Amino acid sequence: MDKREAKKSLTDIMARFTGYVGKRLPQDVLDKLAQLREGEDSPLSRVVYDSMFENLEAADRLDRPCCQDTGVIQYFIRAGAGFPLLGELREILGDAVREATRETPLRHNAVETFVEKNTGDNTGTRVPWIEWDIVPDSDSAEIEVYMAGGGCSLPGAAKVLMPAAGYEGIVQFVFDVITSYGVNACPPLLVGVGVSTSVETAAMLSKKAILRPIGTRNPKPQAAEMELLLEKGLNEVGLGPQGLSGNSTVLGVHIESSARHPSTIGVGVSVGCWAHRRGTIRIAPDLSYEILSHKEAVL
Amino acid sequence: MKKVLTTPIQDEDLESLRAGDVVYLDGLLVTCRDVGHRRLIELGRELPVNLTGLAIFHAGPIVAKDGDAWKMISIGPTTSMRMERFEKDFIEQTGVKLIVGKGGMAGDTAEACKRHKAVHAVFPGGCAVLAAVEVEEIERVEWLDLGMPEALWVCRVKEFGPLIISIDTQGNNLFEKNKAQFNEKKGPVIEDINRQVRFIK
Repeated sequence: MDKREAKKSLTDIMARFTGYVGKRLPQDVLDKLAQLREGEDSPLSRVVYDSMFENLEAADRLDRPCCQDTGVIQYFIRAGAGFPLLGELREILGDAVREATRETPLRHNAVETFVEKNTGDNTGTRVPWIEWDIVPDSDSAEIEVYMAGGGCSLPGAAKVLMPAAGYEGIVQFVFDVITSYGVNACPPLLVGVGVSTSVETAAMLSKKAILRPIGTRNPKPQAAEMELLLEKGLNEVGLGPQGLSGNSTVLGVHIESSARHPSTIGVGVSVGCWAHRRGTIRIAPDLSYEILSHKEAVL
Repeated sequence: MKKVLTTPIQDEDLESLRAGDVVYLDGLLVTCRDVGHRRLIELGRELPVNLTGLAIFHAGPIVAKDGDAWKMISIGPTTSMRMERFEKDFIEQTGVKLIVGKGGMAGDTAEACKRHKAVHAVFPGGCAVLAAVEVEEIERVEWLDLGMPEALWVCRVKEFGPLIISIDTQGNNLFEKNKAQFNEKKGPVIEDINRQVRFIK
């Protein structure tokens, strides 16, 4: 196919996949929710979990976005320099968002800042937001779609600690964020922690942390241990579903880190809600594709 | 048996409700969130809907055109705390009786609920299709210039819920109570973890 046809084809795939991600949660999230539901015994927890599962069933049956807040769409791309549409991807993803907004439909969530006008099609300056990673020796592209509602973006925070604060300072920061803002973010939450040098690197790593499949562990043993300690500790605080109190708080805690400057400990926290809408699709150079996050998906 | 409130809601319908109770709603539910509140309270603009005895929903829906009418696709609650700055005055000025959202609200709202016999309730967040199928009809839309999420969608609802009362007419505040408990538990948990993460040696 020629380039024009190829662009159109990939735009259609990405529009349909983007809409799909808004409607159905990935399997690891569904499995974890089912497990946490079993662990709750209070009447209010049961009311909430029953509603959540009824809602997912209704979204599936009626083919609609499972949460009304389909977010400002973010794409995380890991592409090889040999991917034939690398230079066109930004335009393709912008068009895909416009198409998904019309067809799915998605809520209109892009407000042009300072102008303070809703653009009506979920695109705008630098939106959809795109993060790029170049993968060596590859001619395919892996594209991650992430849809976060306002509620689970509000707790997001990053700051730079002095080394004297140690990893203890990170623990305090994570707990402060989750216990002060977590109740509004639709728990059980997926908590991402970035540990790095400065605010922007820590913040971006914290977001990448919540894109990992639930329960995967950081390869560094100390970080993996801290993930488990934070999970257990946050669950002991017992926010429960919707912050109504219960036996658990989190879907999981994931930490991503980089090497850092000796004088700083940058820490970022990103939060995903129970309706954690992320999806990963791998596009081959001939534009055939495989959906990695939702095995049963048909676009 | 389901306890169902019907608009217009009377003071006596609410007086026996307590934080933690679960109720449902029949009647008129109007979406109103950040800019709707700001326009009334800060900019002094008259609301285009008379809310006396009615319910508001801190929510911005996905709607679709269905011929000349609108169809509700997906509508879940948004964070109520964002409206905290305005809600006390909003309750006083509008006579709204039921405020539906997610998460809690603070002392000023609780005080206004007590004084004006109103309640705040939580619809489980993210359950937006469940909520949408409980909307029988979108009667009309106001302030559409604000865009889809911020406009005032006037909805007729049937057994809309579950609605978990979070602030009752006595001023009891479920989330404030929970928050105090969470903070109490937090200290010892952090101390315990911190003994195990002294990686800088």
